[in-house]
Amino acid sequence: MSESAVTAAPARRSVSLRVQKVADVVIRSIVPVVLALVAGGIVLLALGRHPLGFYGNIWTGGVQGSAWQDSAIRMAPFLLIAAGLTLIFRANIWNLGYNGQFLLSAAVVSGYGPRLVEHVPLWLAFVLLFLAAGAVGALWTLVPAVLKAWYGTNEIITTLMMSFIGIDIASLLIKGPFHDPTTPLPQTAVVPLEKMLPPIPGTRIHVGLLVAVAAILVVHFVLTRTSWGLRLQIMGANPRAARHFGIDLKRLIVVSFLGSGCLVGLAACADIMGLWGYIRTGWDPAYGDTIIPFVFLARLNALAVIPFIAFFAVLSTGGDLAAQQANLPTDFIYVLVGLILLFMTVIEYLGRQRSLGTSYLPPGLRQALRGPRGFFRKKAAA
Amino acid sequence: MRAPFRLVAGRRAPPRLSTVSNHTHESVTPLVELAGITKAFPGVLANDNIDLTLRAGAVHCLLGENGAGKSTLIGILSGLTQPDEGTIRIDGAVTTISSPRRALDRGIGTVHQHSTLIPALTVLENLMLGDTRRLRLDDAGARERLRELAAQLGIEVDPDAKAVDLALGHQQQVEIVKALWRGSRVLILDEPTSMLTPQGVAELAKVLKRLTAQGQAVIFITHKLHEALTLGDEVSILRQGRIVGRIDNEAMRTKPAEELRAEIVRTMFGDEPAEVAEVAELQEEIVEAKAPRRARPDADVVLEVRGLSAPGDGTERGIEEVSLELREGEILGVAGVDGNGQRALAEAIAGQRRATHGDVLLFGGSVVRLPVTARQKLGLRYVTDDRLGEGIVGGLPVGLNLFLKRVGDRPFWRHGRMQRGLIDARAAELVREYDVRTPSLSTRVAALSGGNIQKVLLARELSFEPKVVVFHKPTYGLDVKTTATVRDLIRDLAAGGGAALVISTDLDELLEIGDRVAVLSRGRVAGLVPNEPGAAERVGELMVGDTAVEAA
Repeated sequence: MSESAVTAAPARRSVSLRVQKVADVVIRSIVPVVLALVAGGIVLLALGRHPLGFYGNIWTGGVQGSAWQDSAIRMAPFLLIAAGLTLIFRANIWNLGYNGQFLLSAAVVSGYGPRLVEHVPLWLAFVLLFLAAGAVGALWTLVPAVLKAWYGTNEIITTLMMSFIGIDIASLLIKGPFHDPTTPLPQTAVVPLEKMLPPIPGTRIHVGLLVAVAAILVVHFVLTRTSWGLRLQIMGANPRAARHFGIDLKRLIVVSFLGSGCLVGLAACADIMGLWGYIRTGWDPAYGDTIIPFVFLARLNALAVIPFIAFFAVLSTGGDLAAQQANLPTDFIYVLVGLILLFMTVIEYLGRQRSLGTSYLPPGLRQALRGPRGFFRKKAAA
Repeated sequence: MRAPFRLVAGRRAPPRLSTVSNHTHESVTPLVELAGITKAFPGVLANDNIDLTLRAGAVHCLLGENGAGKSTLIGILSGLTQPDEGTIRIDGAVTTISSPRRALDRGIGTVHQHSTLIPALTVLENLMLGDTRRLRLDDAGARERLRELAAQLGIEVDPDAKAVDLALGHQQQVEIVKALWRGSRVLILDEPTSMLTPQGVAELAKVLKRLTAQGQAVIFITHKLHEALTLGDEVSILRQGRIVGRIDNEAMRTKPAEELRAEIVRTMFGDEPAEVAEVAELQEEIVEAKAPRRARPDADVVLEVRGLSAPGDGTERGIEEVSLELREGEILGVAGVDGNGQRALAEAIAGQRRATHGDVLLFGGSVVRLPVTARQKLGLRYVTDDRLGEGIVGGLPVGLNLFLKRVGDRPFWRHGRMQRGLIDARAAELVREYDVRTPSLSTRVAALSGGNIQKVLLARELSFEPKVVVFHKPTYGLDVKTTATVRDLIRDLAAGGGAALVISTDLDELLEIGDRVAVLSRGRVAGLVPNEPGAAERVGELMVGDTAVEAA
C-alpha cells in the first residue's frame, strides 16, 4: 500500500464527519434537555399550571437583573464536583462517595474556618482551608482506592459505604469538637461575613467560582493534553490493554481517586467559605447526585460541563422562585432533572447503533443499559 | 445405493430423509437451499446475494478470508441473524429461522469455534441443558441417547466427566453430539480444526466420514486450503460477502489436487496476480516442508527462561518449571494444545504476569523483576494473541495505537505533552512500512479488519530496535496473505539478528518457520524437537504426551 492510502481521506469526508459530530452532540446532549423541558411542561399543564409562565419565572429568577449572579454562585461547588467526577469517570471508576467526601470536608472547613480567619492573614487562611478540604476529600477516597487497586474490590460499593460513614462522622464532628458553644443548635461557629471569600470585583460572586473554573481548565488540560490523561483514558477504555502496555494501574487508580476526592473537597471549601459560612447537622445538599446527569450529558468532557452546569444553576436558582409562584414544592426542579435522565437513557438506547465514541456512558454502564435490539438499524450502503 | 441411516431424536418423529448415496446428488431435493441471501451491517455488505445448496451426505466447505462473510452466513443458518433479503428452503419448503431454537427444531445444529460447554457441568448435564421440552430431567433417556449417538459417531464419551476435564478434541466431540442431540440433519462446524492437534484433526475427519455416510449434511468452515481439499465434497469460496467460486463434487473427485489448489487461490485473491504468486509459493512451502533454515548453534543465548513458574487464570493453566533457551537469529516455536500454559509463559516473559519462581534472563541479565516498560526498552517485545482484548484501544486512532507502549516517553512525549506532529509523521511511516490498510491515521483502530489490526500490533512491537520478540499465535484468524506477511516478518527479524519465540497452536506454522519446536503440555515443557523430517509426528505425540522425551 502506498502513501496515498494514508493521506487519502478526502476533505469532503472529514467535513461530513465533522457535521456528523456536531449533529451527534446536538442529539445526544441537547435533545434530552429539550425533551425534558417539553415533558415537564406537559406535567405542569396537567397540574393546572402555565408551563410558559413557569419557565419564564425560571428565567426571571435565575438570569434577569442580578439573578444571574446567584446562579453563578451556585455554580462554584457544582463545577468543582463535576471536575472531580469527570476525572474519575474517565477512568471508568465510579466514585459515588462524593456526598461523604463533601460533607466531611465541609465540616472540617467550618470547624477550623471561623478560628483560622481570626488568627492568620486572610489569604493564607483561604489557602490553608482549601488545602485542608482537598486533603480531607482525597483522604476519604483512600480506602476504596487501595481496595480497588490491590484487590479489585468494586468501588461503587466501597465509596457508597465510605460516604455513609463520612456523613455520620461529619455530623459527630459538628456536634462534638466543632460545635459552637454559644448556641444550643447542633452547628458550627459562623465565619464573619467580611472574612468570607471575597467577591469578584463588581459582582456578588465569590472567587470560589474562579477556583472552580480554573480547576475545570486544569482537569481538561490534564485529561486531554498530557500523557497521564492518555493513560487514564486507556485504563478507562480497556484495562487489560493498559496492563499489556505496562501502565502502572495501581498507581493510576489511587492517584485518580485522590484527585477526584480532592476536587470534591475543594467544592466543599468553596461552598462553605463562599456562601454558607457554617454548617449544621442534617445539612446535605447532595450536589453530586443532581449534577451527575450533566456530567454525562457533557460526555465526560470537562469543558462541556460548564454550559450544562450553568444551565442547571439557572434552573435551580430560578426554579425556587418559579416553584413558589406556581405554588409547587421546589422539588419540582428535580422532576425536571429526572426527566432529563430519562430522556438521556432513551436517546442512548435509540442511538445505540451509532459508533462507539459518541456515547456518554463508559462501556460497562453502556452495555447494562442497552437492550437486545435497537430501533434504528442503519441500512448500509452497498 | 445405501439404506438411509437416521439420526433419531428421543421422542420426536424422525426427520424425513430422502434416499441418498454418497456421490450422486443430482436427482435429490436438496436438504437446505439458500437463495439470494443478503445481509447488510452498518458500513458493510456482509452477505451479498448468496446462493448455497446443502445436500444430505456431503461436506460442504466454506472457504474465505476473514471478513468474507462466513460467520454471517452461519449466523443466518443457525438463527442468530436474520437476512435482509433472500429465502431459505428446507426440504423444498420456504422457512424462516428466527432463533437458534428454531434452527434446532428445523434440524440445524451448530458447533461454534469456541467451546460453549459449561465447564463445571458434566457432559450429560451439558447435553441436557438445551433440552427444555420437559420439566423433569430424563437422566436415563439422556444416557441412552448419548450412547446411541456416540456409537453412531464412533467415539467414546464418559457421560459423567466434567466438561472442564476433557481435552479440547473431546470437548468438540461433545459439542458435535450436542448439535446432533435433537436429531439434526445439517451440522455446521465453524473452524473446527483451529483448536485441534494433528491427531485431533484426523479423528474429526473420521467422525465427519461417518456422519456423511449416515446422510448428514455438513457445512465446514475453514480458511485452511488443505483442509477444504481433503475434507470437503464441495467447496464454495466467499469473498467480500459474495460466493466467487464453487467447486462441485464432480470436480473435487476428478481434478488433481494441484489444479484445484491453484484454482481456489486464484478465486480467493482474484485480480491481484502478484500476491497470488506469493500465496501460491507459500502453499508450496507448506506442502513440501522445505528444508528448514538453521540458526547457528554457537550463537549467543539472548533469552533464557530458567525454571520459570507462573500462575494461570480461569480455565488456563499456569506454567511450572519451564526452561528454554533462545539464541540470536533463532526462531523457537512453542507448540501445544491451547490452554496448556501458553498465555502464562508469554505474559511471564513479557512482564505482565508475576513469576512465582525462576528467572528470565535477557542477554544474561535478569529481568524477572522489571516491569513491562523496562523490558520493552531493553528490546523485549510481546505480540499478544488477544489483539482486540488487550492489543489495542479500539476507540483511539490508528496512529496513536502505534505508540501506546511508549506513552510519556521521549521523544514522542515531552514534559508529559504529546508531540503530535512527530507521532503522526512516524505513524505514517510505520503504516506504509507495514502496509496497514486504513482510511487515515485518525481512523479508530477498531474499524480496521483483523489482519490490519495485527499489522498495527506488529508495527508497534517491531519498531524501535526489537531484539527478542514473543509472538503469541501471530497468524491466528488471519487470511492466507496476511499470514504469509507475518511469517516473513518473523523470518526477517531472525535473519536480522533478532530472535523470536513463536507460541502457536498451528503446528504447520511452527514447522514452517521454526528452528526448533518446544512442546508445552500441562504447563511444562514436554520436549524439544529440532525441526527436521518427522518432527510433526513427534511434536504431536508430545502434545498429547505422557511420554516426556527430551529429544533435543
